[in-house]
Amino acid sequence: MTRRLVAYSDRFSAHPGERVEFKVNAMSGGEYRCDMVRLRCGDRHPQGPGFQETIVASPVNRSYQGRRQEIHAGSCAIVPDDPRLAAIESFTLAAYVWPTTPTRGRQGLLGKWCEIKRHGFALAIDEGEAVLILGDRADRVDVIRSGTKLHERQWYWIAATFDRETDIARLIQRPLDPMLGGTVEVARLVATGPVDGDNGVPLAMGAFLCAEDDRPKPVARYNGKIERPRLASAALDDAGIAALAGPIPPEALRDVLRGCWDFSQLIETDRIRDLSDARLDGILLNLPARAMKGHNWDGTQFDWKTAPEQYGAIHFHEDDLYDAGWETDFTLEVPAAMPSGVYCARLTQGDEIERVPLIVRPPKGTATSDLLFLVPTNSYMAYANEVSTWPSGAAEHGFGHLCGYGPEDIFLWTHPEYGLSFYDTHYDGSGVCYSSRLRPILNMRPGHTTAWVGAGGTVPWQFNADTHILDWLEARGIEYDVATDEDLHYEGRDLLDRYRAVVTGSHPEYWSMPMHDALSSWLDAGGRLAYLGANGFYWKVAFHKHLPGVIELRRTEDGVRDWESEPGEYFMSFTGENGGLWRRNGRPPQSLCGVGFVAQGFDVSSYYLFQQDAQDPRAAFIMQGIDSNDRLGDFGTVGGGAAGLELDWVDAHLGTPWHTLRLASSVEHSNYIMLVPEEIGSAAPNMSGRENPKVRADVTFFETPGGGAVFSTGSIAWAGSLAHNGYDNNVSRMTENVLRRFVDPTKFEMPQG
Amino acid sequence: MFRIDPKRLDLAAEFRRNPVGIHSPELQAVLTVMRTLPLEQRYVLIRRKPHGEWVLGQLTGVRNEPPRIWHDKVFHSAEAAEWHVFKLRWQHATGEELREADLP
Repeated sequence: MTRRLVAYSDRFSAHPGERVEFKVNAMSGGEYRCDMVRLRCGDRHPQGPGFQETIVASPVNRSYQGRRQEIHAGSCAIVPDDPRLAAIESFTLAAYVWPTTPTRGRQGLLGKWCEIKRHGFALAIDEGEAVLILGDRADRVDVIRSGTKLHERQWYWIAATFDRETDIARLIQRPLDPMLGGTVEVARLVATGPVDGDNGVPLAMGAFLCAEDDRPKPVARYNGKIERPRLASAALDDAGIAALAGPIPPEALRDVLRGCWDFSQLIETDRIRDLSDARLDGILLNLPARAMKGHNWDGTQFDWKTAPEQYGAIHFHEDDLYDAGWETDFTLEVPAAMPSGVYCARLTQGDEIERVPLIVRPPKGTATSDLLFLVPTNSYMAYANEVSTWPSGAAEHGFGHLCGYGPEDIFLWTHPEYGLSFYDTHYDGSGVCYSSRLRPILNMRPGHTTAWVGAGGTVPWQFNADTHILDWLEARGIEYDVATDEDLHYEGRDLLDRYRAVVTGSHPEYWSMPMHDALSSWLDAGGRLAYLGANGFYWKVAFHKHLPGVIELRRTEDGVRDWESEPGEYFMSFTGENGGLWRRNGRPPQSLCGVGFVAQGFDVSSYYLFQQDAQDPRAAFIMQGIDSNDRLGDFGTVGGGAAGLELDWVDAHLGTPWHTLRLASSVEHSNYIMLVPEEIGSAAPNMSGRENPKVRADVTFFETPGGGAVFSTGSIAWAGSLAHNGYDNNVSRMTENVLRRFVDPTKFEMPQG
Repeated sequence: MFRIDPKRLDLAAEFRRNPVGIHSPELQAVLTVMRTLPLEQRYVLIRRKPHGEWVLGQLTGVRNEPPRIWHDKVFHSAEAAEWHVFKLRWQHATGEELREADLP
């Protein structure tokens, strides 16, 4: 009931000639075998086309000796060891802190502490209170305690000094809110000799560091914010300590200041800047949250770019993860003759099978088809290793059935070091705002079904659901190339201009500004979009400017949110852009593709009825061979119908183009398909498909001024109906009618307004 | 707050016929109450074979702790599992055992 063989690669997509490194954790050791396979369908539904993959010849197809590889999760700041740090004997440490789990064991705040030798010095939290830890070369350790509990999510100024001459240590714990009491101060002789600053470890903030398998391993991981960390090579008096609390290095302390870090600088990076003359800049491990409000946020500023001085905090989490950092086990050089498509490195060890997807693109700078299947990898990353239903007592209210967990779900819930998704909260309850692909993503696998989708957790979602589209394209002989969201983000219009039409996945939900700009301008210029899903173009995300493979999300003041960004923390750290829904950023999905998110539920699907617009001559090519008296999509392996899971509808107020044809609308949705929050001003009893006619999916079509066109299905379940009856059904027919016309260069004519 | 009436066996029979899908408003009210439970009482299913075999589990309410699993509570359809949990919750809510023989 768990997993023993997991892996990832250093990239989601590659051109022929490019190299892809695969990194494997074989927990039981032993040999495993790799075979490259071309993937067609990953759904094992008994009424579906079945799991289909084909082995392709490759030099990497052979056996490998497995080895165990660990993930060291937890974020911290690291300042490399330096003679000026190693020489420290007397010192002052200080910082503002905002702890979120103060009672959760020992948590490193700031110091040069070796947890293995137990040498050095550090400020930390232990048993709920601030402590100063000292360790000398004779292995003697002394811990000075504040004796007063820290309250979670409250700001404190914490400072400590140690005087080598007198052997007296002081510890100060000062809450900023007078409701929490006054300043606590403890001073006494310590029971150690000279502290060992020359302990060979870096200075760390937010954890202590151990070196394991040549990689830094954060231990004593802190949950909470740190702001203005300070280090001086002298035991300062009260005036000196107070001066450290300011935003800039105190002139009078220049000679002794060894670190005066300003987290309000370099917010878009993984670096931290030291303003002291020591210039001991540092690096962040595992992407703690930046652009976080500091102790001085006054509620008048909301954009960190215009008031960086109020955004000087970094929020560290014990379960942050950017890059698993594993060694490479084998490298694939994508062969020149490998056709564009979705492949997997299939790793087999006994009964255990792991498949790592790889999107193979056409030769660089070329297209080998008129149609591009844009693989929504941002959305796969958003959902990466999602475990959101485990800590939710109310889960069944959203799904209408019991959750059905598989081995990978249990593995992820019991292995938090594999990192979380945008749908999860950290251990301390704060939202996960960064998600990386540099780790095994066990719910982005062919064959995976999602615990909360469909009775018994039997329905595919995201990557595996999108294999319904791959399977159908193959079955109908429709040629296609593939590229990822990330490719579109970096290549923009250059990528799209090689194609006449783009087909989406079932749930292309997360879009960056460059992706959105490229798609909308390409549509205006004559591109054609077949949006075969729903709840697309919904959240605005940002890519990191320097680090590969990681995106950021802020769940701001609207939308379906598994957590909410804190007030004042809506602007993304990677780019400085306002985050949240595209709808709340002035670009509702309806204005791009005619329809936008209106309702969701995860029990059963339904069907559509054709509307008057289906008779319009402009829609004749779509309706060819389809009887408008039939129900549309009253079948399928996803909940039994083509309209389900998440639904989009037209809304002129949100920008549905005036000439949009509404060809069909769904009906008869269940009690558990309910309106989304942005469609509800206040709570009302008519939330579900049983009471509210707004709970529906719309199939739409419109032309664009440049001869392009957009077709939207309004439903995530659509793709699950394509294969019904040997691909001979009205969902399949309609989709094929659209795609065959969309790759025809003949321009679409817009009607006259 | 709404209380489940143990005499409303017609609603149990409705669920038995169609555990997942469109329900009457009265059955929906029963399910809403049944599904409002503390985390540590939440039943879940564990998939043993895709689309073919599940066993019963229950969450512990402790983060990162595996669920309790009853390996002998085996189901060969999701609907059978839903019905089993419905009966457990009916008894928990009403104090009365739900016997299939009594269903209308």
